[in-house]
Amino acid sequence: MKIPYYPGCTLKSTAKNFEDTTVAVSDALGIELLELERWNCCGTVYCLASDDLMHQLAPVRNLIRVQEMGFDRVTTLCSMCYNTLEQANQLVKEDSEKLEKMNSFMDQEEDYKGGVTVTHYLTLLKEEIGFENLPVKTPLKGLTVVPYYGCLLLRPEEVSIDNPENPTIMAELLEALGACVVDHPYKLECCGSYHTVDHKDVVCEKTYSILSSAQKRGAEAVVLSCPLCEFNLDFRQKDLEKELAPVPVLYFSQLLALSLGLDGNLGFDQHYVNPEPLLKKKGLLR
Amino acid sequence: MVEEPRAKMIKVYIMGKEYEVPEGLTIMKAMEYAGYRFIRGSGCRAGFCGACGTIFRKKGEYKFRTALACQTTIEDGMYLTELPFVPANKAVYSIGELTAAPATIVSLYPEIARCVSCNTCTKACPQDLQVMDFIQAALRGDVEKAAVLSFDCLQCGLCAARCPADIVHYHVAQLARRLYGKYVSPRSPHLEERNKEIEAGKFDEEMDKFTKMDLEELKKSYTERDIEK
Repeated sequence: MKIPYYPGCTLKSTAKNFEDTTVAVSDALGIELLELERWNCCGTVYCLASDDLMHQLAPVRNLIRVQEMGFDRVTTLCSMCYNTLEQANQLVKEDSEKLEKMNSFMDQEEDYKGGVTVTHYLTLLKEEIGFENLPVKTPLKGLTVVPYYGCLLLRPEEVSIDNPENPTIMAELLEALGACVVDHPYKLECCGSYHTVDHKDVVCEKTYSILSSAQKRGAEAVVLSCPLCEFNLDFRQKDLEKELAPVPVLYFSQLLALSLGLDGNLGFDQHYVNPEPLLKKKGLLR
Repeated sequence: MVEEPRAKMIKVYIMGKEYEVPEGLTIMKAMEYAGYRFIRGSGCRAGFCGACGTIFRKKGEYKFRTALACQTTIEDGMYLTELPFVPANKAVYSIGELTAAPATIVSLYPEIARCVSCNTCTKACPQDLQVMDFIQAALRGDVEKAAVLSFDCLQCGLCAARCPADIVHYHVAQLARRLYGKYVSPRSPHLEERNKEIEAGKFDEEMDKFTKMDLEELKKSYTERDIEK
């Protein structure tokens, strides 16, 4: 299966391990990710002002790039990119007047026709491959994990990839990989987002409540899909060393690559809390 | 006496005032014909130096256009203006102290994060570069792509003049090319060998011979030189 792939900026830098492991997994599963030849920022924070179309140009332009490739679907990994692309997509699909105005502004591009579907990689795996069909070679036996969804995969409801109040998609995946999955009440809690830039204390508090709740329920690692959540939950532990025993925070794609028996660099060196000792202890890593 | 054939005259508007100028001139020459004298804002007059970026409109057209004044032929009814210089802050850095890390460019030019991908810069570029794309590449730390896409930039600054986010694309791109040249592109072993040969004095005798030649001898040895194939 060939599908256009929109990476987004963090997947090329601070979340390179997220991209690399997903590309490796896709190769193994026969999913050919076609990175858009030209792409720009997703728009980052979705603009909630309905009359501010300037901030909708970035996501819509990326959808035009998919259309130019002759495809009607694009997949992406970062929760933020998914959210912004899909929200903008819905806005222009529902409001032809706004779409016309944007098309007229972007007069050097072909018109966006509203025919592209944005599919998060988790949804792609679930619907196209099926979690039960994943060729697991190293089941994650004895590893207790909690999935952490944050907000951008689920809110607003219109773009949610799962039940926005009680999502299970990552739990289903991790169970299929053989991990012991525990539920926890903070799986939807906000990670503090961009407060991490100028209100570190806010993010530290959020990180503490999310991770301590996970630990109380026996979790040994947290699994997620968002580079910003990863940064906040992982790197903010730097300031919580007295309060909290270190908890590894991983992208679902890293555990997926590990359980599919893929060799190569799984990008564990890009984390603050090194997940290797835990994975070695569990006999999952040599 | 036979009158010399005269060029057809057309009307242009310079700073709002109507002038009749011969057709076929460039914007720069038309303005000089009308009496303007360029001390700044003009350089090579051959489309390479980027000094004469200008703005104009064509008769009956809503588009605000940009071009190099020395490369663009006037049309009847064009609206022209004095060639604008684009003031721009330039980050101060010592290239040897930087790295090609993803955050280098955005930390020196943080305003690139204000890019909303409106593409106005690309439309303004007289070199037809993908300006927005190289700013986006710089934003995500892809130094190589930013350098490659901006390679033909003349630093005219029209992109910066048009940008609603106040980005100085041409300086950003220059930094990307410097980082690429110093840290990313492969080193040339030939260059280092040749530098060593020069330092060791391999060419001193030959240089000495040339500096003592008179002009005629020098011209002769130039025309008769071995040309590298």
